[in-house]
Amino acid sequence: MDEVVLERLIAITGRSYAKTTTAQKLAYSYDATANFQALPDLVLSPSSIEEVQEIVKVCAANGVPIVSRGSGTNLAAGTAPTSGGVVLLFNRMNQILELDEENLTISVQPGVITREINEVVESKGFLYPPDPSSMKISTIGGNVAENSGGLRGLKYGVTRDYVKGLKVVLPSGELLTTGGKLTKDVAGYDLTSLYVGSEGTLGVIVEITLGLIPAPKTKQTLLVFYDKLEKAAETVSAIIAAKIVPATLEFMDKGTIETVEDYMKIGLPTDCEAMLLIEQDGEPAVVTEDMKLIHQICQEKGATSTQMAQSAEEAEQLSTARRVALSALARKRPTTILEDATVPRSEIANMVRAIQEIAKKYDLLICTFGHAGDGNLHPTILTDVRDEDEMTRVEMAFAEIFNHAIQLGGTITGEHGVGEMKAPYLEWKIGTTGIELMKALKLAVDPLNIMNPGKIFAKDSKKRVVVHNG
Amino acid sequence: MGSLQAEKIRQSFVTHVDEDRLMDCMRCGFCLPACPTYIHSGHDETQSPRGRIALMKAVRDGVVEWDGSIEEAFDLCLGCRACEPACPAGVQYGTLIEETRDAIVSAKDQSLKEKLIRKGAFDHLFADQRKMQAAVKLVTFYQKTGLQKVVRKIGFLELFPSFMKDMERALPEPPKRKKEPGLQSPVQTKVAFFTGCLMDTMFKETNRNTIELLERLGCEVVLPKGQQCCGALQGHSGEMDRAKRNALANIQAFDDVDFDFIVNNAGGCGAFLSEYDRLFEGESPEVHAKAQRFVDKQIDISSLLVKLGIVAELEKLPSTEAVEIVTYQDSCHLRNVNGVTDEPRTILKAVQSSVFTEMPGANLCCGSAGIYNLLQPEMASKILESKMKEVKMIQASTIITTNPGCLLQMKVGVEREGLSSTARAMHLVDFIHEKIIQ
Repeated sequence: MDEVVLERLIAITGRSYAKTTTAQKLAYSYDATANFQALPDLVLSPSSIEEVQEIVKVCAANGVPIVSRGSGTNLAAGTAPTSGGVVLLFNRMNQILELDEENLTISVQPGVITREINEVVESKGFLYPPDPSSMKISTIGGNVAENSGGLRGLKYGVTRDYVKGLKVVLPSGELLTTGGKLTKDVAGYDLTSLYVGSEGTLGVIVEITLGLIPAPKTKQTLLVFYDKLEKAAETVSAIIAAKIVPATLEFMDKGTIETVEDYMKIGLPTDCEAMLLIEQDGEPAVVTEDMKLIHQICQEKGATSTQMAQSAEEAEQLSTARRVALSALARKRPTTILEDATVPRSEIANMVRAIQEIAKKYDLLICTFGHAGDGNLHPTILTDVRDEDEMTRVEMAFAEIFNHAIQLGGTITGEHGVGEMKAPYLEWKIGTTGIELMKALKLAVDPLNIMNPGKIFAKDSKKRVVVHNG
Repeated sequence: MGSLQAEKIRQSFVTHVDEDRLMDCMRCGFCLPACPTYIHSGHDETQSPRGRIALMKAVRDGVVEWDGSIEEAFDLCLGCRACEPACPAGVQYGTLIEETRDAIVSAKDQSLKEKLIRKGAFDHLFADQRKMQAAVKLVTFYQKTGLQKVVRKIGFLELFPSFMKDMERALPEPPKRKKEPGLQSPVQTKVAFFTGCLMDTMFKETNRNTIELLERLGCEVVLPKGQQCCGALQGHSGEMDRAKRNALANIQAFDDVDFDFIVNNAGGCGAFLSEYDRLFEGESPEVHAKAQRFVDKQIDISSLLVKLGIVAELEKLPSTEAVEIVTYQDSCHLRNVNGVTDEPRTILKAVQSSVFTEMPGANLCCGSAGIYNLLQPEMASKILESKMKEVKMIQASTIITTNPGCLLQMKVGVEREGLSSTARAMHLVDFIHEKIIQ
């Protein structure tokens, strides 16, 4: 980056809030995605919307890329500054602005940690349902930009379902305000929705208004173990078919259970093939009735054992066990690469079976966990980036998993985003028509392509080999 | 810095820092909220475990060239290892930062400032118990002659950085010489006592109280001759050869199968002692086996006291109207390395004449971190300041610790906040001794 431009940018935040050293740039060169890393030219921590606007204007005038970054927990290389430029941090824009109990909304700056929002609203008897596994670390700005999911997606939906309004600094530096504390709003295109999940490619989100719901009165947590993967998957479909919508319906396979138990040491049986974590919340009588029915369905589908959490602490421990699954899997091999393939929930058993076959075909270690109730699985390949031959097989396996998911009516990513990692596969899901429309949108909003360049859209799409099975 | 020196350091990273250990980190960021320097720097990734591991790897792989900013990122690490229990992937961060410091020290001359402190501390004090005792004699002289008061009056301490001043005010009163106590009850458990260099000099009273308590609970306590400083401070600062030298001497000194336990009363030492086996990985099987035997017998004083039934003893004591609010500041290494969190609290809760109140953030480092408070006074001060806010909030009159560094730091905190008339910092052993024996 040009020295003069660099100094102009630094002057906006002041030198104390600009990071320029080798160590600082390296520390912002990655996110949680294996194998993507590049140094930014500068890391800035603006303190206000005005400062963000000024930064964007200088960048626009000089063609400098901007990567907005929360806590860098992205799993699709969405926050790796692979084109260099400025990394924008929100560690100084981290205030809860207003909790409006009459309108059931909370307005926040993008740098607030997700968990903090959960805690603040819960203390007032409300619930902000989206709870991504990284909620103790991730920022709400990151969650909105990625449209993050979580463990309660089945019953309560994802981040998009709670974003009511946004303030966004456009690539021109102008400030856009969308939506508001409204339950109804059809004034033109739904720009709020456009920005949710736009992965930082259309502007910088600088303020967020979220909707809340009254907190459910009670919650029960059940663990169910199986000696066959398919039985767990069938249970999932059967529960939904019985017209019960649990708050949480999570799945872990044997390999995942082993590593989680290795870390947590809470006595999970490591000799079973699969486990479901099921939670229901709501009115006490309804919860009890639902859990009774769920329990019965689990038995019918051949569960080997079940275990009901006896206290809130135990329930919390079990959710934590599920949340740490991905990181715990890193114990197995040097490199952890996970996917986010999602299918209609009725196809979950087929997808689980396909993943097993693909692992065998390419001789790879794949462990799977995920939001079974949402049809959102996280097949995770445990490998070693230093082994070129194995990495080639990893890539082929992923292509086949994507392919299979799409054939089952699914998608390449359920909640992690496209980022740079899955960009070559986007066309498989949305076709050339979809790509062209999305590119036209991007060009209209960000003609200079300064907002998180290289993400969502790949230079070249992967060639899709459609394999018809059976 | 010249690229020749940078290349030398890179090579040193290749030799000293284990690549597989680095690869264990998958960069999920679960360590971030557990890291005191990340929190106190306003969420600066450069000052986080994930950032530091990425830096280690980048230096090793030649992705970046070594410079002062990278060194600063490593220097600012407290080494509290709170990131380890927070890490689902099981990354051995403590070993990585030790390997890193070893790599740096091996490759380059230490900076003058640090060299002076290290030379004083390692070569003259910690390596040699007699010198340590001599140093304490000086402290005694300084305190007992009244020189302390004079010095404070004339403002000689203005010459020191402000932190050294507080530290000086917080120095413990050295003990009066007393005769060693004899046995008091029939022996059931044979315990070898690792006295620790700081504990055996500056906090000699605590060691004496430790022995008295253990004997009261029916132990035979032996103090094996030839034991030395555990080597932790050297190990944490990249002086791995010196650390191993001390470790070997200790393993020899305690190589007696008769002991049921080897007990220590300093969390920092205990953690390092319990990882002696790692120091001798890949060396002669005989030495490694000895190290393993040593490790297997390690126990900290709070766990041993609980095992020996201290809780029942305390509950027997008459209950008075409790006015004293007592709280516990975790020793990072006791908590994060040895996983001991409940025992000290269980003991304190059993004391009838005081009320135990949990301090928010008690699990977070106090900023002492070995000699960190001397090397990084700014960050250490920030951390201590927020710690003392919590102390005031819960209105604690007694802050209990289980490690000499933490104890000194808490004493500094009490002094600095002007709380010395209402609050005190004590070692767990001294507090219990006060309740049971005195």
